[in-house]
Amino acid sequence: MSETPREIPGIVAGLGATAKRDLLLAWKRPGDVLNPLFFFAMVCTLFPLAVGPSAEQLEFSGPGVLWVAALLATLLSLNSLFITDFEDGSLDQLLVSPQPLPVLVLGKTLAHWLTSGLPLVFVSPILAITYRMPLSVVGVMMITLALGTISLSLLGSIGAALTVGLHRGTALLSLLILPLAMPIMILGANAVSLAASNDVYSTGIWALGAYAIASLSLAPYATAAALRISNE
Amino acid sequence: MWKWFHQLASPPHFYRLSAILAPWLAVPGVILIAYAAWQGLFVVPMDYQQGDAFRIIYVHVPSAYLSMMAYMIMATSGAIGLIWRIKLSHAVAAAAAPIGAGFTFLALCTGSIWGKPMWGTWWEWGDPRMMSELILLFLYFGYMALRSAIDDTAKADKASAVLALVGIVNVVIVHFSVEWWSSLHQGQTVFKKGTMDADMRIPLLIMVLGFTLLFGAMLLRRIRTEVLFRERRTRWVREMILSPEGGA
Amino acid sequence: MDALAMGDYGAYVWSCYALTLVIVVFLSWRARLRQKRVYRDIEVRLKALEDRE
Repeated sequence: MSETPREIPGIVAGLGATAKRDLLLAWKRPGDVLNPLFFFAMVCTLFPLAVGPSAEQLEFSGPGVLWVAALLATLLSLNSLFITDFEDGSLDQLLVSPQPLPVLVLGKTLAHWLTSGLPLVFVSPILAITYRMPLSVVGVMMITLALGTISLSLLGSIGAALTVGLHRGTALLSLLILPLAMPIMILGANAVSLAASNDVYSTGIWALGAYAIASLSLAPYATAAALRISNE
Repeated sequence: MWKWFHQLASPPHFYRLSAILAPWLAVPGVILIAYAAWQGLFVVPMDYQQGDAFRIIYVHVPSAYLSMMAYMIMATSGAIGLIWRIKLSHAVAAAAAPIGAGFTFLALCTGSIWGKPMWGTWWEWGDPRMMSELILLFLYFGYMALRSAIDDTAKADKASAVLALVGIVNVVIVHFSVEWWSSLHQGQTVFKKGTMDADMRIPLLIMVLGFTLLFGAMLLRRIRTEVLFRERRTRWVREMILSPEGGA
Repeated sequence: MDALAMGDYGAYVWSCYALTLVIVVFLSWRARLRQKRVYRDIEVRLKALEDRE
């Protein structure tokens, strides 16, 4: 009886498998998903405590505060993107897989966004309302967060790949990601501010969308290169 | 010509040649800087709008220019090192970083000090160029922090090369996004670069040239040290240091 | 004195030029320091190896 050669799973299968694995892992450790969300809520709480709860100030600073909080929460969750895989050896498995590494990275990043960015999008209305944001503006906020966190997850994965396994990698990761995150935040927070003052805000949304698409096409390659470098 | 180029990339040749070449850059550089500074401070007539404060331009513009040139050198030589695996290239990138960071800091400080009498404030969050320069400083710090966090030299070289390349794209994006942002929040006065008279512009060009030469000398010296450190266990270093003239 | 005052902007102009000088000197000094240290470290190690032989 001749052996039928086994088919190597293709690109889509590879992407799906890595994403599914990370989603399963997140499911088993809900803390990993919930902690950044609590952090997000906490940061949103701290601002009024620090600067006073006047309605005017809240409305004015709402978009900015929510965006900064979302950025910080995402930063928190990015730390663990590759760490657990690095520690238990699965990262090495990813590196020697027959599927292209950028595809596998994309799978992981997709799972990351589903467990950090997307939950943020759904939690943000609750906090936005406490900042007296009108519902129409809340809608804009959710869109900007959705697009922005996609870019953040993708660009953040580059930083996470460069610093995986480094002593004090966390602080370094924040330093590396800040410049990358700045344009996203500028675009996102200001689009929401414009919406709040009934101005035209579509430029910001389009720009965020373009940023997301650009990150989607370029970041996985950079992350894959960084992973190979960090782990040779 | 290619032979000379090839030789330059060889560490022992570079080590020797850079020591000879550096003064030829440093001395003319310093002379040009001194001349341009004298011209800029005392000879060039006062600006109509800004009074004597505009003289800061003669140190601010060269440092801003150098801060960006150093980054381009850092990123380009990192890329060359990554793609063609030339060791010296990575040494160039490592050497350029602290110099670039220093000039970025200088550009930010001189820009801020110039801004106080001009705009009435030490810092203007809305100015695209100030923000881009600040982000450039963060990029330099991140680059140097990443390098020092990775113990293995080869790994550090490659990782920081990737980081530098990502940073180039980013600095351009940041500039444009801050421009958009400042256009939203009207009321921020953006410093308009008007056309300069010839007698104002010439000392500036001389200053930039002088600073570039000086920068070249500083870079050569740092690359030299970098090469010495990276090659510390090789035979040529051993022979050089143990020989009577040494190789300081 | 006119030069020093720079039409009321003296402090700003001169502090900028001084800062430039400081930074350039500082960078050069640190570079020299590093070169000397690296050289000395290698020399010490090589001499020690030589003595042992």
